[in-house]
Amino acid sequence: MRRSINTAAAIVGIAAVVALAGCTTDPSVTTPTNDPPPTEEINWFDQAVFDKQDAERGVTPEGPEGQPWLQYINAEFTDTSAFASPGAKKVCFANASISNPWRVTGWITMNQQLKVLQDSGAISEMETRDAQDSDDTQIADIDFFIEDGNCDLFLISPNSTAAMTPAVERACATGKPVIVFDRGVLTDCPVTFIHPIGGFAWGIDTAEFLIGNLEPGDKVVALRILPGVDVLETRWAAAKKLFEEAGIEAVDYFTGADPAEIKKIISDELAKGDVKGVWMDAGDGGVAALEAFEDAGVDYPVMTGEDQIAFLKKWQSTGITGLAPVYSNFQWRTALLAVQKIFAGEEVPKEWILPQKPITASELDAVLTVNEGMPDGHYATFGGEDLPGYPEVWQQRIVP
Amino acid sequence: MTTTTTTRPRRRVRLDSTVIVYIALVVVIVIGAILVNTVGRNFFSLGSIRDILTGMSVLGLVAVGQTVVILTGSLDLSVPYVISLSSLIAAETMRGNPNNIAQGVLFALAFAAVVGLANGLVVTKLKVNGFIATLGVGLIVKGYLDTNYQGSAGSVPAEFQFIGATGIGPVPISTIIMLALATVVFLFLKKTRTGHHIYAVGGSVEVSRLSGLRTARPVIFAHVICSVMAGLAGLLLASRLGVGSPTVGSQGGYDLLSIAAVVLGGTLLGGGRGSIWGTIGGVAIFAVLDSVMSAIQFNPFLKDVVRGVVIVAAVAIYTGRGLERRRTRFATKEVKR
Amino acid sequence: MSLTTTSPTFGSRALGAIRVLISPRGAVFLLLAVLLVSVTVLNPNFADPSQFIRFIQRVSPIALVAIGQYFVIVSGEFDLSMGSVITAQVVIAGNLIGQDESKSVPVLLLMIAFGIVVGLVNGLVTTLLGVPSFIVTLGMMLALLGGVFYVTGGSASGNPADGFREIGRGGIRGVPVFDIIPWAVIVLAIALVVAIWISKSPFGKTLIAVGDNVTTQQFSGVRVWWVKTRAFIISALCSTVAGVLLVGYAGVHPSVGRGYEFIAITAVVLGGVVLGGGRGWVVAAVAGAFALEALFTLLNFADVPSTWRDTIQGVIIIAAVAYSAVAFRARRKTRTPQASPISGKEPDPDGDPAQSAHTQQNHGG
Repeated sequence: MRRSINTAAAIVGIAAVVALAGCTTDPSVTTPTNDPPPTEEINWFDQAVFDKQDAERGVTPEGPEGQPWLQYINAEFTDTSAFASPGAKKVCFANASISNPWRVTGWITMNQQLKVLQDSGAISEMETRDAQDSDDTQIADIDFFIEDGNCDLFLISPNSTAAMTPAVERACATGKPVIVFDRGVLTDCPVTFIHPIGGFAWGIDTAEFLIGNLEPGDKVVALRILPGVDVLETRWAAAKKLFEEAGIEAVDYFTGADPAEIKKIISDELAKGDVKGVWMDAGDGGVAALEAFEDAGVDYPVMTGEDQIAFLKKWQSTGITGLAPVYSNFQWRTALLAVQKIFAGEEVPKEWILPQKPITASELDAVLTVNEGMPDGHYATFGGEDLPGYPEVWQQRIVP
Repeated sequence: MTTTTTTRPRRRVRLDSTVIVYIALVVVIVIGAILVNTVGRNFFSLGSIRDILTGMSVLGLVAVGQTVVILTGSLDLSVPYVISLSSLIAAETMRGNPNNIAQGVLFALAFAAVVGLANGLVVTKLKVNGFIATLGVGLIVKGYLDTNYQGSAGSVPAEFQFIGATGIGPVPISTIIMLALATVVFLFLKKTRTGHHIYAVGGSVEVSRLSGLRTARPVIFAHVICSVMAGLAGLLLASRLGVGSPTVGSQGGYDLLSIAAVVLGGTLLGGGRGSIWGTIGGVAIFAVLDSVMSAIQFNPFLKDVVRGVVIVAAVAIYTGRGLERRRTRFATKEVKR
Repeated sequence: MSLTTTSPTFGSRALGAIRVLISPRGAVFLLLAVLLVSVTVLNPNFADPSQFIRFIQRVSPIALVAIGQYFVIVSGEFDLSMGSVITAQVVIAGNLIGQDESKSVPVLLLMIAFGIVVGLVNGLVTTLLGVPSFIVTLGMMLALLGGVFYVTGGSASGNPADGFREIGRGGIRGVPVFDIIPWAVIVLAIALVVAIWISKSPFGKTLIAVGDNVTTQQFSGVRVWWVKTRAFIISALCSTVAGVLLVGYAGVHPSVGRGYEFIAITAVVLGGVVLGGGRGWVVAAVAGAFALEALFTLLNFADVPSTWRDTIQGVIIIAAVAYSAVAFRARRKTRTPQASPISGKEPDPDGDPAQSAHTQQNHGG
């Protein structure tokens, strides 16, 4: 009996500790290990890069009009004449994964672009190895391509920045051209690194929009998908800084893109007080956030989501004050077009910075008309309107 | 006149489960080679073999450790987080300096051993089921990882990256290390007293206790071995990645895949029977499957379906052959479920 | 000699109630009470009936899977496929109903049929082919998830018609005091009543007996395979209903339902149900689900960084199970044949939970 009282007391004690956990300033009470203090931890905020991207937002892109996937910003060109050679080439593509709708949209677009390039004789085939979000697997994939792939070119969408660097360097060492797109690596040995302006620009665009529509002291709930993904972390790093400077109270949560989780978080926040704005580091699940406001019967927030069709449709139907930042999905096309340019000896930007223009309220209707009939997981800046198979291939969304 | 006929009881030829795994492996290789051939590649090329052996190294280390724990009748679900944190501790201690390699390895393994000890103590002293105990400890480590690390950290000096990157011909050094460690654990289980006690405790805790064994010790030992193997896997991954990563353990799904490999290798989930070499066979089957599916550019979503079906089918075959049924002492016929 | 029975006094009844609360069976209710009080302290709005009923609404899917997992665990098995069944059902609902509300009922029937099939497969492969349920349901989880992603191309086609979503999202409005009684709460209440009825039925008792000692049951002529398979079917159906609620609450998305099997197992274990089977009360499992969600809500209100959530969850589940195990050993040592807190049931059989893992090998766990 005594023991069960003791253990009951323990349970009450644990619950009390849990309740008091919010009051303690040092949450490391439960640290089970005694390891050396973390050094070289990545602090995602980098003032130099922040300023660079801030400036790039204002630059008018150069390149063919109406084809943003071929445009570039502040390009420094690199000579590719050493790679020029006739004939159809084999591309070996090490893909991080197709585990989210953004990547699936890009993958579908890329395959349609591939068809065009195969017809024109620039590319013979593209062999793809999918790493399913695992660094270790992607390293093995790249090594396999180097050893056995008979590749003319290595195309890599890295799973994470630092971990993939040695493998990319090994690919460069073969002497064959290497293209990296989407997330970057810590070496500049690839022929070109293709990406839109960047996470800091996203953070600036979205934070400025929210700050402009809110008052100091207002609360913004930031919904973040996962920690540790560099393209997402930079977005939040920039936004957080701007929110702090503007006196906006911003709290962030990790959601795993689970709409049920998002709803619970918003409901709890609404129970604590007013929420005037919602910031998302990626648009997946944006609809659930707005529904949480509906269920609670309060006014809609000012919200930034992404160019995912689900969010755009909800934005149009609810009429919220919103903004859809983009992480230009058409970069998946640019990657293959760069292949063609390199083997044709045309110069390409060493760092191919693609335009990254958020969708504003005035553009919303036009964008949705172009994307009519597209499924909810489709992304509006897919850039495939002039590719064969438009619009059916994207509407049916069959993964190649 | 009465005729008496004596019939000899029909003996079923009982193949050792390990042999069955390797037969299955050969079958998978043959089917794989054929499939790979249809897309114009060679299954037995150097690159392909290296890919398979590399794929075996990390999972092999984890699965060997998991085998020992499962033999005692417990389980270890904390391995992915131990792997991640070990890789981080190693990379941060080494900080790119080759002089720190030994220190980095030591700290990482020491940490892993402490987690294993914690697992073992919670299972034996607090009497918590292995599933829950290691799930809980794993979550504790996960919370620590999520809070303190927002991305990869540390850096591994080139000398240490050597281990993860090079090989002797098509055989990576990491695979050789894995097989060497598997042999060590195998000998430990076969030759030492604690090894025998691990089998005993897995077979029946009550009988072991009545026989005078301290039943807690082998279980704690087993958990420490498992976590240390996970720590070694973390070190290997740090070597391959060049950095420590807080997500590398979960990326590989090492908890459920290692258990699947162990069961595929013929070890009983309830403990008491199984072999390290069976587990290695199971790991090899997974590696071959993965390599073949990548080579034929199989839809990545369907890869999981194949893995799931293979796991269930393989275990169904074992139990179908009566291997999983314990030899009943006095019954004259198998009791059907 | 006459046996005198004294009717229990109020004092002894109260003492009995307290004993229940402190016993492993009842501890989860104590934990739940403490957590709810803590949440209310941090946010007094929580005690508002309309808020509280919304809390129950969002726990409903979790409580449902806890019920399903309870039946499987009590029979001595595991069901790791629950989360992917939810995901599959959610995606089926989204893709097949689309915006056409008239399809709601046929698709619902299809979803129920799908759930039954999954449960059948899980159950039959576990019992007739003898594969440990851990492995079968793991394989089923991988196969379902892969299949769902393949069919949807990695993302869902979108939320289905509002009518179908009403079950998870809406309710009876204009109710005094509560303002709204969500359908989800009603569904949960019905499910709980059905679950209690099942556990008191002969099937339910046989289920527990099978979990406790399968050999005895075999010798008693029980068709163990059919008993266990029905438990798996119940579990899959619970996942299906949870999926229907989640379609309403959260919408259609491939990550809906992810990890629910572990949440379910945690809830069941918190409720004092022993892994390995043979013991447990379904209401306690549901209380465990509520306690878990109350814990998460508490963490949200206490502004605990969401990254520490997992650590706290880990500590709590170890503590809860350790408490169960330690208290049972204490009871075993005192050897007083106490009448169990729940009237009519036999005193708890001896059981060392650490050994329960070993009993699994005797019935293919």
